[in-house]
Amino acid sequence: MNWITNYVRPHINSLFSRREVPENLWTKCDECGTMLFHRELSDNLNVCTSCGHHMPISPRLRFNALFDGGIFTEIDVPLPLADPLQFRDQKRYPDRMKAAQKATSEKEAMLVAQGEIGRTPVVAVAQDFGFMAGSMGMYVGNAIIAAAEAAVKQRRPLILFSAAGGARMQEGILSLMQMPRTTVAVEMVREAGLPYIVVLTHPTTGGVTASYAMLGDVHIAEPNALICFAGPRVIEQTIREKLPEGFQRAEYLLDHGMLDRVTRRSEMKDELVTIIRMLMGLPPAVKGDLPAPEPEPAPADAPAE
Amino acid sequence: MTHYLEFEKPLAEIEGKAEELRALARKNEEMDVEKEAAALDAKAKTMLRDLYKNLSPWRKCQVARHPDRPHTKDYLKALFTEYTPLAGDRNFADDLAISGGLARFRDRPVVVIGHEKGHDTKSRIEHNFGMARPEGYRKAIRLMDLANRFGAPVITLVDTPGAYPGKGAEERGQSEAIARSTEMCLKLKVPLISVIVGEGGSGGAVAFATANRVAMLEHSVYSVISPEGCASILWKDAEKMREAAEALRLTAQDLLGLGVIDRIIPEPMGGAQRDPAVAMASVGDAIASMLAELVEQSPEKILNDRRRKFLEMGSKGLAA
Ligand SMILES: [Zn+2]
Repeated sequence: MNWITNYVRPHINSLFSRREVPENLWTKCDECGTMLFHRELSDNLNVCTSCGHHMPISPRLRFNALFDGGIFTEIDVPLPLADPLQFRDQKRYPDRMKAAQKATSEKEAMLVAQGEIGRTPVVAVAQDFGFMAGSMGMYVGNAIIAAAEAAVKQRRPLILFSAAGGARMQEGILSLMQMPRTTVAVEMVREAGLPYIVVLTHPTTGGVTASYAMLGDVHIAEPNALICFAGPRVIEQTIREKLPEGFQRAEYLLDHGMLDRVTRRSEMKDELVTIIRMLMGLPPAVKGDLPAPEPEPAPADAPAE
Repeated sequence: MTHYLEFEKPLAEIEGKAEELRALARKNEEMDVEKEAAALDAKAKTMLRDLYKNLSPWRKCQVARHPDRPHTKDYLKALFTEYTPLAGDRNFADDLAISGGLARFRDRPVVVIGHEKGHDTKSRIEHNFGMARPEGYRKAIRLMDLANRFGAPVITLVDTPGAYPGKGAEERGQSEAIARSTEMCLKLKVPLISVIVGEGGSGGAVAFATANRVAMLEHSVYSVISPEGCASILWKDAEKMREAAEALRLTAQDLLGLGVIDRIIPEPMGGAQRDPAVAMASVGDAIASMLAELVEQSPEKILNDRRRKFLEMGSKGLAA
């Protein structure tokens, strides 16, 4: 299958990397302390080249690597009311939002897209830890609902990459209400008989874990990802003892029966393709890089406001 | 012995004085204190009314946590007959933070589930202060499934600081248990009615309160995080809980405005703890009226309406 390898993808990848990653920047690995050149790090999907630590990755960068040829079509997410509680802490919520939007060049903490992976049509949704710690508010809920609706309408599997520091406190109770809201979305996919695969990435905590991230047909986590409801610090304060090494990390959860698999980012795509094709009753995938598919037309039936 | 909250201190003084006078008079028949004591009573009554007329969100949190408020155990006695507790999650343990079982509510067989906080040190420890572990949610899931299969409405009483942040709870899948409990609420084809009677703490509450109808007692609270927790994260100072309580919009009045809850159940003057019998009777009447709205509906409508309600929730913000 060499004839199709390196056909379009390198071109598209370099196109995206150049636009997104500022040059001359170094990132320190928070696990081993190695200074990593930004470009090198993004080419390795934000996995430390020295120790293999999986750092957060933006949904856009992840989708570039996930979808065949880096090609995907964004699915529109209905915008919720801005600042629904008129929340005031030391900063105004709209100001925090603006800062996050400026820092990430994204609208909100979730990106929804459709496209093909290993020539298998899917809908994917990824949470952005870089955007207000991926916190779950109305927009994140709307994104998951839009993703579920698109998956059901087109009879595609839904893949969700979770990453969240917790609730969007500035949306108070409405943040909490995303737990039942997103659960309804998961139910829609389930009842349509479509696979719902959750990839839990570092960190996935709080209400996100206690709703859509723990309701998958298959749970895959990235290595060493922190996955929990209550964080380790809160637990240490409550039980007044030191927690064991690796507590609430992906491998620990695998041992305790909460996950199906722990899979490295570099192998994630192939694994998703394999699982999804089996669940969808499709023949085995052709391995290796495939030429980019024709760009999909924007979905005509974008979810209603 | 009345338990006074911090903001009730001035009230405590007046009511204490009246009590002292009457105690003196009981010992000394010559003394006539009734006029003086009655004046103090009147003063206390006015003060109580003024204090509770416009409770700040943080004060409501304190009232919602008041140790003398009626708890699930009291509601089970006052509002239900033939209560038959059913125990265990069939996997690991019976979680005493959650009480539940079969019962009759005004003759109708129902499944009732509630957080139990306990009323003294010993029972509080026994019930883990109303903080459920995974087994509690899994017991609730089992009971909801039972109700679903036998056509019994489910009534949940929510009163919890939140899910228990413990080592074993995490190891046994606290997140998954909460997610599945919320999911079970959404799968029910029987009416699910939830009353937040004290604290509605985060995921530990929503796992029971994803209901067709959600009511709150007038001074109860329902929030994604405690004001103290929110203050320490956003203000970097846990002492800013008053500001956080304000900002979070966790009162029954704000939540009704947001369309998150369906009704407010009035409390007796000075809070449910001052007259538990009256408060519980009001809760009973509210449950009966919410149940009456639902029992005639088809199973499909009950399920679909609940889902639609949550899908649409929050779209209008404070203007809902
Ligand atoms: Zn490293």
